[in-house]
Amino acid sequence: MGDHSHGSPEESGTVAKADDVAQDRFPDPGLPPHRPRLADRDPRAAKRHERQVALLFTISIIGTLFFFVAYFVLGRLGEMTFAELRVQNAALGLGTAFAMLGIGVGIVHWAKTLMPDHELVEQRHEISSEKDRQDAVDIIDTVIEETGIKRRPLIRNTLIGAIALAPIPAIFMFRDLDRTGKTAHQMIEQMRHTLWDTGVRLTRDPSGTPIKASDVQLGSAFHVIPEGLENAENMLNEKAKAVVLLMRMDPQEMNISEGREDWHVDGIVAYSKICTHVGCPIALYEQHTHHLLCPCHQSTFDLANECKVIFGPAGHALPQLPITVDADGYLVAQSDFHEPVGPSYWERG
Amino acid sequence: MATTNEYTPSTTTGRLANFVDSRVGASGMVKEFGRKIFPDHWSFMFGEVALYTFVLLLLSGTFLTFFFDPSMTHITYNGSYVPLKGIGMSAAMASTMDISFDVRGGLFMRQVHHWSALLFVASLSVHMLRVFFTGAFRRPRELNWVVGGVLLIMGLAAGFTGYSLPDDLLSGNGLRIIDGVMKALPIVGTYLSMFFFGGEFPGVHVIPRLYSLHIMIVPAVIILLLVIHLFMVVTHKHTQYPGPGRTNDNVVGFPVGPVYAAKAGGFFFIVFGIVAFISGLFQINPIWNYGPYDPSPVSAGTQPDWYIGFVDGALRLMPGYLGNFSFEWIIPFPWGDNTLVLSVLLPALVPAGVLFMVMFAWPWIERWVTKDNREHHLLDRPRNAPFRTAMGAAGVVFYCVMWAAASSDLIATHFHVALNDVTYWLRILFFLGPIFAFWITRRICLSLQRKDREIVLHGREAGIIQMSPEGGFSEKHEEVDVYKRFLLTSYNDNKYIPAQPDAAGHVSGSEKRRAALSKFFFEDRVAPVTPSELEAAHAAHGHHEVEGEKQDSIEK
Repeated sequence: MGDHSHGSPEESGTVAKADDVAQDRFPDPGLPPHRPRLADRDPRAAKRHERQVALLFTISIIGTLFFFVAYFVLGRLGEMTFAELRVQNAALGLGTAFAMLGIGVGIVHWAKTLMPDHELVEQRHEISSEKDRQDAVDIIDTVIEETGIKRRPLIRNTLIGAIALAPIPAIFMFRDLDRTGKTAHQMIEQMRHTLWDTGVRLTRDPSGTPIKASDVQLGSAFHVIPEGLENAENMLNEKAKAVVLLMRMDPQEMNISEGREDWHVDGIVAYSKICTHVGCPIALYEQHTHHLLCPCHQSTFDLANECKVIFGPAGHALPQLPITVDADGYLVAQSDFHEPVGPSYWERG
Repeated sequence: MATTNEYTPSTTTGRLANFVDSRVGASGMVKEFGRKIFPDHWSFMFGEVALYTFVLLLLSGTFLTFFFDPSMTHITYNGSYVPLKGIGMSAAMASTMDISFDVRGGLFMRQVHHWSALLFVASLSVHMLRVFFTGAFRRPRELNWVVGGVLLIMGLAAGFTGYSLPDDLLSGNGLRIIDGVMKALPIVGTYLSMFFFGGEFPGVHVIPRLYSLHIMIVPAVIILLLVIHLFMVVTHKHTQYPGPGRTNDNVVGFPVGPVYAAKAGGFFFIVFGIVAFISGLFQINPIWNYGPYDPSPVSAGTQPDWYIGFVDGALRLMPGYLGNFSFEWIIPFPWGDNTLVLSVLLPALVPAGVLFMVMFAWPWIERWVTKDNREHHLLDRPRNAPFRTAMGAAGVVFYCVMWAAASSDLIATHFHVALNDVTYWLRILFFLGPIFAFWITRRICLSLQRKDREIVLHGREAGIIQMSPEGGFSEKHEEVDVYKRFLLTSYNDNKYIPAQPDAAGHVSGSEKRRAALSKFFFEDRVAPVTPSELEAAHAAHGHHEVEGEKQDSIEK
């Protein structure tokens, strides 16, 4: 050491090393002396531990028996009340817990108190010796040499081509995971449309009764589905797109943009209930602040401002459903939504 | 093989063993494993917990498959839970109801399965933290670290696919979120969602598909990785904590037969017992309260299982708008506008991606920075690797901020604070939390190392006040014993290695970056006490401060 002209900086002395004096370390004193346990010296203590282990195993046996009591005595199949079911479930759990803990704690107690507690020392070995590694390399070289793959590039290249192509059909096999039988273009078109259409009545979710404009008071909110939803093919798929929140607020308090002036009926407005973030239903309407809150990720939409995002992760406003009243005074849709509902996607535009 | 002196067994065990051995050659196995030494430490149990909860998952899961009907066929529930009688739901939900209410012990098995799953991922995570903080991932165990990381991801996959199977309201909303995240992927997202759900969300195909993933593909991969993982543990032999008598070349511990096998085997029953206790007394996933999936209702305070929480929290933390700037980018193309949904893509992919990338790459990053390519079978005490411990703490805080964000609404309602404020604070912590965690943890580690030096140099306060003949008072210090002193001074002390020239005498850019990292990590360090320092300390303080009768402290 101290020779600055040779070796890496690490060894040249340019780096401060507290223990630079070669191996200035405390010697390894070896394993501490073994301390005998009580049971190693006192046969009575050993006998006591033996009884404790046996007691734990006995507790396990009692636990198993208790399980059967819970299974047969507490449970009358098909005629249990919910409270009885809970009691039975707790009893089954406790029975199993004691059955298992009795065995487990017993064995560990046995191992810790009665089996030898001398730590033993074993040497580690090299994972693989240098010679084995060399032998393996030689074998692989021989194998590759005997195939002649290096000398015959034509075979090699066509094989690579064949192997690269062969799995591709397996990927295409998954094309029909999409069970609709429609083309991609048709599907993307379908995502833009819901059951709402000109003259479709707004009805209560889930009863399906139509809503009169006069039913909707200031500050109230209705969960709405389109009329005839229950008869639709793929009812849940349609519902997942068509659910709507209907609310009423003072038209004077609403900022209405151009082209949407007649989308409401005296301050009764309908917005898609599907969050534009990742699609949870927006279930919470706070009438004092006229905010809509999505319970999943807390996107907050302002009803007074055409449900624009005022907080949270959503990236665009809730789509509005244009509504009007029909001859009988019921609320109906003027048309479908003018933009796709729900979370954004690449083709949404 | 005819041998002249064939082994003749004399006992029943011997005859049985002889029968088996002469047919399958089991004696080699017994010789290899019968007395194999395993080091013992409480922190080595986490991996065992993961293994045992996985066994419980297989047992309880198999039971559940006998009763579960993975079908989305719409039927009317007619089981014994009265409030839902006559309600339409999928066959999957109805059979889950039947398991809960009309199969004796079925509810118990469902709860065992669910609690085991939560514990499985928890123990995997804690096990990985143990491995990380003790440096057990270093050569030769880097690949096993990677296998473990993939196992964690597969654990998440198993949990997620299983969570959705009952087709109840809560898990249906979880799928809805997955659908939203999938659709956010550029170009392929919409197609992926259509393929996954067999058409539009929710469709009638997704539950059977999740089912085959959940009960076949994912567990098969987990079992395969588990076998590889354990095989490598045997090949490498287990790491051990440092201490007197424990070197890089030996293993100190208990033999498999009988002590280790008894402890580990007994521990399986303990884990089983604890899971059974929890499952008996603590209700989990009461689907009858949620009802069947319906795209319209959702309950407030919805939460995923804990291990998905960090991704859900990241989704919550992301602002959709910054001022008037929306993170949904409309990109005009010649064929029309396309939407890049960064408000979903960034939080769903980037934090988890960074976390797992750094985690997988860490053994190589550390090797690169420290230039330490030696085999390590002795673990580090976390304080003795301040840089690594600090990085780990930063990662944990990063994860936990996102995890806490998944409960932002519950934090707000429980502590009576504004939901928006919780989110703002967590957004700040998302960026600053890891930095503070790194800094504080490193300072704590360095302080603990200094404390260790102090203990070695000046001994431990004996609590005895002595008065000198001159009238001065001093506290007697007792020198630490030779075993403890070895433990406190024998650690692997990483140092700053400046950039070094390569063979051509050129210092490359990557070498400079490495040196910068090395400086950042190791500029502050506490070196272990050396014998000469201790001697100097003894000389400086005289004998009244460091009392240590030779025969007391160095007994062999």
